[in-house]
Amino acid sequence: MFNAGTYDVVVIGAGHAGCEAALASARMGCRTLMATLNLDNIAMMPCNPAVGGPAKGHLVREIDAIGGEMGINTDKTCIQARMLNTGKGPAVHALRAQADKSLYHLFMKETAEGQANLVVKQLLIDRILVKGGAVEGIETETGEIIRCQCVVIASGTYLRGKIILGDVSYPGGPGGQRHAEKLSHSLQEMGITLMRFKTGTPARVDRRTLDFSKMTVQPGDEAVHNFSFMSEVATRDQVPCWLTYTNERTHQIIRDNLHRAPLYTGMIEGTGPRYCPSIEDKVVRFAEKESHQLFIEPEGLHTSEMYVQGMSTSLPVEVQYAFLRTIPGLERVEIMRPGYAIEYDCVDPTQLKATLEFKHIAGLFSAGQANGTSGYEEAAAQGLIAGINAALQVKKKPPFTLGRAEAYIGVLIDDLVTKGTNEPYRIMTSRAEYRLILRQDNADLRLTELGRRVGLAGDERYNRFLLKRDAIDRALSLLARTMITPVPDIQEKLRNMGTSELRSGSNLSELLRRTEVSYELLRLYFDLPGLSPAVREQVEIAIKYEGYIKKQAEQVERAAKLEARLLPPDIDYAQIGGLSLEARQKLAKIQPASVGQAARISGVSPADISILLVYLEQLKRREE
Amino acid sequence: MLIQDDTIAAVATAVGEGSIGIVRVSGPKAMLIARSVFRRPAGKPEQELPSHCASYGHVVDPATGDTVDEALLLPMRAPRSYTREDVVEIHCHGGPVPLRRTLELVLDAGARMAEPGEFTKRAFLNGRLDLSQAEAVMDVIRAKTDASLRMAVGHLSGVLSAKVKALRHEILRLIAQLEAAIDFPEEDIEDLAAQKVSRALARLVEDLEALLTTAQTGRILREGMATAIIGKPNVGKSSLLNALLGEKRAIVTDIPGTTRDIIEEYVNIGGIPLKIVDTAGIRDTADIVERIGVERAREAVAEADLILLVLDASAKLTAEDKKVLDLLAGRQAIVLVNKSDLPEAVDMGEVGRLAAGKSIIRVSALEGTGVGELEQAIAGMVYSGKINQAEGAFVTNVRHKHLLSQARERLAEALATAQAGMPPDCIVVDLRSSWEVLGEITGETVGEDILDQIFSQFCIGK
Repeated sequence: MFNAGTYDVVVIGAGHAGCEAALASARMGCRTLMATLNLDNIAMMPCNPAVGGPAKGHLVREIDAIGGEMGINTDKTCIQARMLNTGKGPAVHALRAQADKSLYHLFMKETAEGQANLVVKQLLIDRILVKGGAVEGIETETGEIIRCQCVVIASGTYLRGKIILGDVSYPGGPGGQRHAEKLSHSLQEMGITLMRFKTGTPARVDRRTLDFSKMTVQPGDEAVHNFSFMSEVATRDQVPCWLTYTNERTHQIIRDNLHRAPLYTGMIEGTGPRYCPSIEDKVVRFAEKESHQLFIEPEGLHTSEMYVQGMSTSLPVEVQYAFLRTIPGLERVEIMRPGYAIEYDCVDPTQLKATLEFKHIAGLFSAGQANGTSGYEEAAAQGLIAGINAALQVKKKPPFTLGRAEAYIGVLIDDLVTKGTNEPYRIMTSRAEYRLILRQDNADLRLTELGRRVGLAGDERYNRFLLKRDAIDRALSLLARTMITPVPDIQEKLRNMGTSELRSGSNLSELLRRTEVSYELLRLYFDLPGLSPAVREQVEIAIKYEGYIKKQAEQVERAAKLEARLLPPDIDYAQIGGLSLEARQKLAKIQPASVGQAARISGVSPADISILLVYLEQLKRREE
Repeated sequence: MLIQDDTIAAVATAVGEGSIGIVRVSGPKAMLIARSVFRRPAGKPEQELPSHCASYGHVVDPATGDTVDEALLLPMRAPRSYTREDVVEIHCHGGPVPLRRTLELVLDAGARMAEPGEFTKRAFLNGRLDLSQAEAVMDVIRAKTDASLRMAVGHLSGVLSAKVKALRHEILRLIAQLEAAIDFPEEDIEDLAAQKVSRALARLVEDLEALLTTAQTGRILREGMATAIIGKPNVGKSSLLNALLGEKRAIVTDIPGTTRDIIEEYVNIGGIPLKIVDTAGIRDTADIVERIGVERAREAVAEADLILLVLDASAKLTAEDKKVLDLLAGRQAIVLVNKSDLPEAVDMGEVGRLAAGKSIIRVSALEGTGVGELEQAIAGMVYSGKINQAEGAFVTNVRHKHLLSQARERLAEALATAQAGMPPDCIVVDLRSSWEVLGEITGETVGEDILDQIFSQFCIGK
């Protein structure tokens, strides 16, 4: 057999997970190979051409703070950006950007190919080579062997991928790609449990056949937003999206053709996501709804393709034509690519540790849609963590994991490895119990230090972070130090500021707590130093939301004690008498790393946790 | 619930009418809490609580200044205590009502209701018990948890449970509405106006207040030994119930909202409160054949502390009687042979064999004979300690009331947040806590419910 080289880390797949994993590993100094089955589809966006939104945008900011690429690449290729939820609290403000799909791919390809230590190749991987419970390499479809210490599986929806469209179905990956058949079998041979999931995508339609006068324009924000704390893009030409609605005629056509919908004929077996249902599913499940909204989104500046968000479907093409043409503005629509459903194999993520390494195979990691998630951002976040840990393992350094109180990335991975998922998993802010702490605006303050420690956050990023943090501390302490008393001079200032007078002595922090008072207003009247918008934002949030943030910080502190009680991996739960039967089985399967994680496993009760604590104490005293 | 270093409290003695009861408090705030609820007689220094010395005084409600009970206070400073933490025991003299009030005051002062076996667990974790006792400690936790779960289910009144569930569902709907608008801002989900949120929250606070008031006046959270009256149709269960209720001029509770389907009634026998479960099953004579069978008896038995099995003296034992007799194995039960006014046809020898050591009493529900004997038998079982009389209900009641008032506090804070014009993500913080706290009453754990609710309530998707 031809030995095609030796690497520290091999990443299978070059989507959003694969790129982050490969870049992280290479940047940490490991000789890395990124293998993709098509070099022209690196960082492809097979679904909508957008990045971010609630919780997803938070993930992108976190990836960026640690030193990942998604934020920077999105900023470079953004053609429209909006900050969502600005009417709500700062914790749920969420940046969402439309990206130019082709440029997104091209820029990521350029970054990967320019990265030192990283080799990018077009290869279809058939087999992972394991010896004595540890990875030793991979084998390609053409029989080459590549030796390595760690493998990151980032195979997306390609594992035994099957495209379904009306009564047609064939093996394949998304967007007309090949699929990976043998790798699935190789994983099963290694004792890995696979699940079968389904997802789908709507039609891409020709911009020239749309009548925008019948739709509502959705422009980007006037203010320029960036995901990356490093991006300095200050001006940006933006293109709009368009809003239109389905109607009773659309729904009637769909109802009349349900007998041809693969979702209902039994052709689709996989489990689809509830938050991303196909239009046929929406019409059936929410029959009383008279219309559903659709966003028409540009796929890029150099293409006529428009994405019909809200119309994911696997109905036959002629039915897609019929119902699309009932929609205002789409009466003469031409489809460039029809919508379709895709079924694929994915890994049951409860087989993984929080590092995303398989518990029973040393050196084998898995990330992204291959772990049963959905979304580019979820994939990228996992890719980054898997890549970092693969590199750390090669360098024989301790692993890197994030907790639920540290990052949405921590919430995402903890959910996956502790609870598993029975549908494609999407991150949401409501999944995070410490939402007020995990804000997108403070991702750098939360994570840059950690990114620095693993070696991904460079000097420039780190210095920026230090400057920002110091400026915030200085401003907060100045506000707290500056006392004010109810003397006539101060009272007049307050009246002029449009806020009520003082009844007793106070300080500027207390004043800033008032809804109608901003830092800028205080600065004008009390001669305070000017602050950059990013610093000002942190200062105002820290003061105005202090009570709520403190409440959550206390919850975090309480939970931290159980998180800190580590459980050795070799505990034989069957031997712990007091545990309930269900708890024994679940604990043995999940092998939680800490008592805190054990407590989150469904079926493990507070009494079981008490018994675990007693057991741990018993172990400790035996050792003494 | 899983916190290690907070202060816990529980009643440390079996609860019986007229007996002395001890509230035990353990943890860093034990001394502080003791000082806030205990007053020594005038002229004695308040602050000094010498370790391992009993002080005489009164338990006083710090909010109103009202005296709750005469008591002895026994402080034991760490590490010279059972848990090696600061421990305070309050020995109350006035029976179950002041004892319960004392526990409530201790909880209000900042202690948390101890989990089953928690004192023992702390004793072990803090090195008070040696290694050889570890297995025993685990067994205690398991056994006490199982027993308390069974009791909690048995004593949670159907009405309270239904009301808490309904309230919890309303809270969940509101959470789902707010969360869906946060997580899916581009879907056409209504952003609830601040005023609407405040109104909805105010209504929830009101509902919870009402529930708490009812709980405080004892009309929903009734204490009593869960008692099942079982037996095949027409043996006289209904007339026995009437005899117990009528003869003893017992309190019959019409629980609001359940006029048609009364599922519990209360009777006081010799100072021992009994909660008769499944009275609907006993009284419902319309479709008696269909509804009362061995299955139904099995369910009633599962929830009961005491079982009264009724047989018909005027007829031979049937296969069904024997099946029901089988249910008594390992349980506290009394066999009543009813219709003793009629000629006896039942084989009492066979009854004796099948009842395997249980007390057997001849009664005539019609004439009221034998009821006095029944009363003595029940009292005997309770005072001999065979039945842990009413402890389940006692503990459950204090716990539930405490949880209800915690839930109300959280809701009130959410309301204040909404009224202060704060955003929905801040409102949700306390709203979720109240939902979780109520879940502890009904035994439901936090899971994916919020997401399930979002996806069933709203059509979301790209």
